[in-house]
Amino acid sequence: MNPVNYLYLAALLFTIGATGVLIRRNAIVVFMCVELMLNACNLAFVAFSRMHGNLDGQIIAFFTMVVAAAEVVVGLAIIVSLFRSRHSASVDDASLMKL
Amino acid sequence: MTDVAAYATSTGEAFQFWVLGTVAVVGALCTVFMKKAVHSALCLAGTMIVLAVFYLANGAYFLGIVQIVVYTGAIMMLFLFVVMLVGVTAADSLKETIKGQRWLALLCGLGFGILLCAGIGNASLQEFNGLAQANSGGNVEGLAALIFTKYVFAFEITGALLITAAIGAMVLTHRERTERARTQRELAEQRVREGKQLPPLPAPGVYARHNAVDVPGLLPDGTPSELTVSRTLRERGQIRDVSDEAIQDLKALEQRAGERLGREEGVAK
Amino acid sequence: MSNAENLIALLVAAPLLGAAVLLCGGRRLDAVGHVIGTALSTLSFVIGVVLFADMLGRGADDRAMSQHLFSWIPVEGFQADVAFQLDQLSMTFVLLISGVGSLIHLYSIGYMEHDERRRRFFGYLNLFLAAMLLLVLADNYLLLYVGWEGVGLASYLLIGFWQHKPSAATAAKKAFLVNRVGDIGLSIAIMLMFTTFGTFAFGPVLGAADEAGEGRLTAIGLMLLLAACGKSAQVPLQSWLGDAMEGPTPVSALIHAATMVTAGVYLIVRSGEIFNGAPDAQLVVTVVGAVTLLFGAIVGCAKDDIKKALAGSTMSQIGYMILAAGLGPIGYAFAIMHLVTHGFFKAGLFLGAGSVMHGMNDEVDMRKYGGLRKYMPITFVTFGLGYLAIIGFPGLSGFFSKDKIIEAAFAKGGTEGWILGGVALLGAGITAYYMTRVMIMTFFGEERWRKSAAPAEPGVAPASGEHDEPHPHESPRSMTIPMIVLAFGSVFAGGYFSIGERFVHWLEPVTGYDHGHPPVSALTVTLATMVMLVVGVGIAYVQYGRGPVPVLAPRGSLLTRAARRDLYQDDFNHVVLVRGGEHLTRSLVYVDHTLVDGVVNGTAASMGGLSGRLRKLQNGYARSYAVSMFGGAAILVAATLLMRAV
Repeated sequence: MNPVNYLYLAALLFTIGATGVLIRRNAIVVFMCVELMLNACNLAFVAFSRMHGNLDGQIIAFFTMVVAAAEVVVGLAIIVSLFRSRHSASVDDASLMKL
Repeated sequence: MTDVAAYATSTGEAFQFWVLGTVAVVGALCTVFMKKAVHSALCLAGTMIVLAVFYLANGAYFLGIVQIVVYTGAIMMLFLFVVMLVGVTAADSLKETIKGQRWLALLCGLGFGILLCAGIGNASLQEFNGLAQANSGGNVEGLAALIFTKYVFAFEITGALLITAAIGAMVLTHRERTERARTQRELAEQRVREGKQLPPLPAPGVYARHNAVDVPGLLPDGTPSELTVSRTLRERGQIRDVSDEAIQDLKALEQRAGERLGREEGVAK
Repeated sequence: MSNAENLIALLVAAPLLGAAVLLCGGRRLDAVGHVIGTALSTLSFVIGVVLFADMLGRGADDRAMSQHLFSWIPVEGFQADVAFQLDQLSMTFVLLISGVGSLIHLYSIGYMEHDERRRRFFGYLNLFLAAMLLLVLADNYLLLYVGWEGVGLASYLLIGFWQHKPSAATAAKKAFLVNRVGDIGLSIAIMLMFTTFGTFAFGPVLGAADEAGEGRLTAIGLMLLLAACGKSAQVPLQSWLGDAMEGPTPVSALIHAATMVTAGVYLIVRSGEIFNGAPDAQLVVTVVGAVTLLFGAIVGCAKDDIKKALAGSTMSQIGYMILAAGLGPIGYAFAIMHLVTHGFFKAGLFLGAGSVMHGMNDEVDMRKYGGLRKYMPITFVTFGLGYLAIIGFPGLSGFFSKDKIIEAAFAKGGTEGWILGGVALLGAGITAYYMTRVMIMTFFGEERWRKSAAPAEPGVAPASGEHDEPHPHESPRSMTIPMIVLAFGSVFAGGYFSIGERFVHWLEPVTGYDHGHPPVSALTVTLATMVMLVVGVGIAYVQYGRGPVPVLAPRGSLLTRAARRDLYQDDFNHVVLVRGGEHLTRSLVYVDHTLVDGVVNGTAASMGGLSGRLRKLQNGYARSYAVSMFGGAAILVAATLLMRAV
């Protein structure tokens, strides 16, 4: 098997995640889909790392994870405070900017 | 073996890829399409574990373990906590409210996926080196050497980012109480003033036969009262309808009474 | 060479300082304002005399001086300097302006005594002196333009000095607007000079005038003539001068008779080399001069307002100067000579008129004067000497200067010479007529200003309560002294200048001189002029001297009525310019509304419609925005791949 298949898998997961972000209204699920996209990228980085025979790709994936953790913390805090004020976790409810 | 490794992987790995890859895709799809956030979270966790296995297969041992411990173990649990805090209402409706959004999203997703695949197919990746050499001193040691030399600044900045995020989360969720908490007496006075539900809420219909906080108490005319069930259950739609059950209980009671009476009749006869 | 040229800037600086001090000083200076103004103006005159003495001490060709103060706009290829040039021509003007100016400052002390804004009046007068001196001292056209605008401003401020009178405010506005037309001519002329010669300093421009094409020179000359017409009230821009008499009389004397209105003559004489190279422009100049000469004279015949009659006369006399200036080197010197003598006698006449008004409760209608010679003898004598001078009585100033111009007009040669000479001769006759009329109506005949039937004794006020009846009296000394000095000038200046052609030789290094070839002898011209003079005076005497003058103006002939209305100049301006302008504006507005606004509003409306549709994309849903982002990312990836594929 050609390891390029890992890349195809990563692309597929990424696309599914992105579509999920666009379709779902529940902010938490949207957030999970974002995580899915990040993980797809990580998979691609790890596969590249193996292909090129150096560890830089893994390092990038590692940083991605750290940043994703930070992002999750802040994002979930935002969702919680949003829910507190609006009693809803729907991203469509936060549409005060519309005309 | 090394010649083969130049452009292909072992058969075992190929088998593993196809089986677990399918699982990962299905998990991802379920994440997107499950109605309840809890189910989405669980499916995502499954996908992540599969990804962890792939990391291990690709020679990223450290990342594989971190993926399981940090991602699946910590972050996904954080998600579950928030789901419990927030998403306890009824399951999301998957009905689209923005006109054309779904079609546009699918079109974009499809197009983007095709483009990505075309890009990957275009790239000439016919051989690969493998990590045997890079991992010769141990994967963790190799990563550590890179992190603390070449990427040390990025590492430090990431640390700062983490601290900032932690403080940010605290600031965001912290709520300063701006007014004195109302005493019980004041609450009681308010209830009287509003004239709504002066006495305590009625208790649920607890029957002796099972633990039934989710069963509404019956009003004198036999209709169930929603007031008797906790609000969380009401919002989740998890109130059990016991109107049939009561009748059946009654029937069973009559039957048993009848049986006993019959037997007694039989005995008497 | 002495250091006299360093004094030149002081000539301008002294009155400028006066204007700044008086106008910025506020009410604290009310008590001494007139003294400061007069002192600084006199200082300027004294400096002028010192410079004049210095100049006389040198040879004829070594008299021009120059002073370079600083570079005003030093740009590559465009050099504007603040630099002064004092030659014989400028010197003549400096002495006239500062001399007559100082006398009129002195006169104003008495005339404006009861005006509470006297300090401001003197500030404006000083401002005028500074600007006018700058105009004649500048060594380039741009600096001249600064002075030119400065005198326009001062003129505007002074005509409208009694701004509480709507007529004065309107007159000031009218003068300003009409002058503006001329100013545009001057600015275009300067621009033409710059494109033609690459500079606008007098020396290079006039020195290189021969090398430029005749078409260019004609264009520049006509634009300069337009400027001169505006400033000097020549046809067709003459209409403002009559109304300008709304200003205080000293202003009329100083600005609108003696100095500012002659700036146009200065401009043409100074630019002589340009006109010498453009005969067509010269011809237009002479025609304008001749037409104005008659125009002003005819208007002067019909006016009953003493100042307006004198204003018509001013217009006519400046017509003579412009006519002479248009004749080329034959006439330049005589134009300036007439300008100087006219400065004396016309200022004297105006001051006399002011003195009469002063004693007559500001009455200006000559039909309500009469017999005043008994009450104001000094005014009568000085005014009479000015009168004799202007009509060209033999031996007085006007006789010499006007006679020379008529001679020069004949000397132009050919049919033009005969026509121009004839017009000038006719003008001399009309001048004699209208000035005699003014004289008789004011100082002779019965005392028409009396309300009561019984004439009282001279100098004795009627005992009855006729409080609105004027009590004619002689003016205070500060007013009569300037009149006496100017009367001396009116009597002797012409003769002094003409003996041995002194004035011509004085100016010759600057303007050049050419005798021309008069077709008739000088004696014949003089005799013809005398005949015209006698005829004019005679007709006036027959009309006004022998019988009583009606207090209310008779209907008069067609020409009289036309002349009373300034020969319909305002009506002409109204019909042709105002109405025409209105129609043009209206059609432009129509085009603007339909075409321009149509395009603009159409664009705006289509943009508005488009944004109204695009606005719907902005629906406030984060997911919609995410779709656009995602779509954009897809397009970027596609573009990248495409570029790589290509």
